[in-house]
Amino acid sequence: MTWWHRLWRQRQLEEQLDKEVRFHLDQHAADLVARGYDPQDARRQALLALGGSEQVKEECRDARGTRWLEDLAQDLRYAIRTLRQRPGFAAVAIVTLALGIGGTTVMFTVINGVLLRPLHFPGPDRLLTLNEQTKGITDYRWGDLWAYSYPNYLDCKQESRTLDMAAWRYNGGTVSAPGAAEHVDGVEMSSELFPILGLSVARGRTFSPEDDRPGAAPVAIISHGLWQRQYGGSPAAIGRPMVFEGQSYTVIGIAPPGLRLAFDADVFTPIGRNTSAFMLRRDSHPGIDVWARLKPGVTPSEAQTELAVIGRRLAAQYPKTNAGRGFLARPLRQELVVEQVGDDRGKLWLLLGAVSLVLLIACVNVASLLLARAISRQRELAMRVALGASRGRLARQCLTESALLGLAGGLLGVWIATLGSRPFVALWPGGLARAAEVQLDWHVLLFALGVSLLCGLLFGLAPALRAPTRDLEQILRAGVRTLAGSSRRLHSGFVVSEIALAVVLLVSAGLLGQTLLRLSSLNPGIDIRNLLVTRAALAPSILANPARIPSAWQELLDRLRRVPGVQSASMVDTVPMREGNNQIGYWTNAAVPEKHQMPLALSSSVTPDFLNVMGIALREGRFFDDHDRMGSKPVIVIDEVMAQHAFGNQDPIGKHLWIPDMPCIGPKGETFYDCTEPYEVVGVVGHVRYWGLAGDDQARVRDQFYYPFAQVPDHFLPRWSELMSIVVRTRIPPLDLLVSLRREARGAAGDQVLYQVNTMEQLAGKSLAEQRFLLLLFGLFAGLALLLACIGIYGVLAYITSRRVPEIGVRMAFGASARDVVRMVLRQSLVMIIAGVAVGVAAALVAARLLEHQVEGVRSVEPWTFAIMICVLVAAALFASFLPARRASRVDPMRALREE
Amino acid sequence: MTIKSDLPQGTLDLLILKVVALGPVHGYAIAQRLQHVSQYVVRVPQGSLYPALHRLENRGLLAADWEETETGREAKFYRLTRQGRAQLEKEAASWERLTKAVGLVLKMSEGGAE
Repeated sequence: MTWWHRLWRQRQLEEQLDKEVRFHLDQHAADLVARGYDPQDARRQALLALGGSEQVKEECRDARGTRWLEDLAQDLRYAIRTLRQRPGFAAVAIVTLALGIGGTTVMFTVINGVLLRPLHFPGPDRLLTLNEQTKGITDYRWGDLWAYSYPNYLDCKQESRTLDMAAWRYNGGTVSAPGAAEHVDGVEMSSELFPILGLSVARGRTFSPEDDRPGAAPVAIISHGLWQRQYGGSPAAIGRPMVFEGQSYTVIGIAPPGLRLAFDADVFTPIGRNTSAFMLRRDSHPGIDVWARLKPGVTPSEAQTELAVIGRRLAAQYPKTNAGRGFLARPLRQELVVEQVGDDRGKLWLLLGAVSLVLLIACVNVASLLLARAISRQRELAMRVALGASRGRLARQCLTESALLGLAGGLLGVWIATLGSRPFVALWPGGLARAAEVQLDWHVLLFALGVSLLCGLLFGLAPALRAPTRDLEQILRAGVRTLAGSSRRLHSGFVVSEIALAVVLLVSAGLLGQTLLRLSSLNPGIDIRNLLVTRAALAPSILANPARIPSAWQELLDRLRRVPGVQSASMVDTVPMREGNNQIGYWTNAAVPEKHQMPLALSSSVTPDFLNVMGIALREGRFFDDHDRMGSKPVIVIDEVMAQHAFGNQDPIGKHLWIPDMPCIGPKGETFYDCTEPYEVVGVVGHVRYWGLAGDDQARVRDQFYYPFAQVPDHFLPRWSELMSIVVRTRIPPLDLLVSLRREARGAAGDQVLYQVNTMEQLAGKSLAEQRFLLLLFGLFAGLALLLACIGIYGVLAYITSRRVPEIGVRMAFGASARDVVRMVLRQSLVMIIAGVAVGVAAALVAARLLEHQVEGVRSVEPWTFAIMICVLVAAALFASFLPARRASRVDPMRALREE
Repeated sequence: MTIKSDLPQGTLDLLILKVVALGPVHGYAIAQRLQHVSQYVVRVPQGSLYPALHRLENRGLLAADWEETETGREAKFYRLTRQGRAQLEKEAASWERLTKAVGLVLKMSEGGAE
């Protein structure tokens, strides 16, 4: 029988025990009677011999080994009874804790999902991501790691005995049939990718190696969502054609809902059919992602050793491209969790820290409430000690009570977390990576349980340790209205720490508010009102013929300009404050050094209207016009930051810059990135906050220059056209024009779409979304902390002053006025508040440092932020202390003295 | 009148196991038999008999069933489990070793005094 079993059947065991003892006594008595004893005497003798039936039973119960559990059950019953006696106290304590634990659990649920849970593929620990690694050459962002070239991937895959490898690359485009044309994200992948990841399709089949080779019939797998949109979810979609980027594919499979690789994609096509020239190059290639799974029994280090061998062999075979180039395998988790979550990681932990402070305040609050109660229950406890309860037993009982409170709060907190996690993730600015993984699991429940019990222990400890053992007599004899100095110090300690914690949160919130105010007042460098930004995809038939591209864009712009309400329109490849950028190195003379030694600038190819459409200021010289075209001298316009960097105080107009990576016709013809002819600077324009209002000041690359789209050689036009966006300045709110703009853009075949449509105001707003979101949360936490701290101060002061009623009565009897009493109480609370603020300011400075590191645009905290926040806190705290002070001042001296 | 001595620590369990080994038996009978067998030399405290029985039952050395006695009343009959039998053999052996050793020591010191 297990102890659990025994506890369960306690009643039955009791009955049996009683029966057994009774049988013994009856039997013994009967024997004695048989020997001639008087029946009554016999019974007495039997009892004496046994040593008392109750004592025997009690010892038998001890022998059962479930004593502690029975005590626990008793303690629980007792705790519930005492809590129910004061439902107000219990409710305040439980709600306070629930808010704290709930907030912490929400944050932990998110952290658990985003950072801690394993990858969403089966056997996630054996998945690796592969990169090329160079010696000596480093890129500022990725260091010495580079994307694979396709030929290198094929060689590695063929030679590796330790890894099953697969490749994929992003491949977005327009789906124009069977349904309405739409732009989708897509993935070009090798046929091994799904098997390696353990993924499958919901209907149809996955790619076979035969689909994944040059010249194979075009086939595609589509997402559940696209299947619904284009085929209405019809099972007959399998085998039907779909037009993607102007080519007809046969749909062979439909992915299960929610399938994602590194991002959500709608169209999957085999990469082996792609025979573009750039796919076959080992240098200047677009780059592919390579993922791999360790073969059974292989360790990661064995795989790495093998890759090193392959790398050395390829370096010998292709010295021009592969010298100093090796291959590195890292856990796939590194790419999908660490890199995708990126900066959000620090912010998540920061928020967990902030909400933990709220929890701590909640704990301190409940601790002081419990302590106050423990002190008023001192006589009861002393009585129980006098009756034989051990100190440990009393402490255990106090802890049982607080653990019960903690668990009740925790239960409510988990409920808050189930409600709160989803909205929290949905509100995360810019979307949180791995958001789909955020859900309640047993890790979260364990966390909540642990936190609840820890809280219970934390705030139950002080009252438990105060269980009286000495001077029982004195406690029992003394009036209730005595307050030992030690408990007053403990209470003040509680208030001081609550205030200090609240200061930290208030100053953090103030710092974020200050940051947001400063950032919103910054000039973005463009006129963001009435400006629509959209990406546009030309018809695939046009893209296939580069010579037709310039006129097609021209025609598209003209059609858009004719829409009533449109003032002007222009093209640009990279839009400020939106994802995506093009950084290339420049040099001020012909002796161009190695790539990685050049300063970087953001380059944008634009049409001549761009400056007017965006409202960027022209500082010097001119912007482009229709005379800047293919064949005329190559020109660029730089911004004031780049002018300063490149030319200092000299006049930049007429100067030249060497930019080898520009799209141009070099000495060897239309090759990639080999420009030797310099570019003439014809104008200087204002700086644009390209990296967003918050991020631009700290950005690494702030130099900007523009070059005419008309000077991009035909050879590059298909690629450039994939990147192009259109900016439209309107006379009315731009989104009102969206329907007519879309209609005009459609084109002859109805397969030209506008996608990723934003207003510039939205983009500017989004660039502050993170700061705004954090301010909202910190504001919420700070408000909560302030409220809790005030409740705490109120509770403690109310308690302390109520203990001091006799003393106050004496003072008033000796002539103190009501005002004196109020002043006395307020002075007492002010001492605690000031001590708390002093501690809090020191801690707040540390917190401000953390924020500065984690959040873009945060600068050191300004004195007025401190001043305002501390004033708010002191005012609120004094208000909370005023109520008990006033009550104290209304003490009737006679009654107070009589009570003593 | 015989001189009664107290039971050495831990031997009560051994005695109980030995008595129960003879066949299923209820608590009162165990007390009786212990008293008879030890011929009133050893004072078996009846009060500690039942806690000991319950402890042995918890440790899995004894098992118990409710059965009718010859007088028709229901009583709790204890019997030895396999584990209990092993324990009994172990303890009996160690008891014998101990008494033999103690006896030897006692004899030796008598001889030394002569």
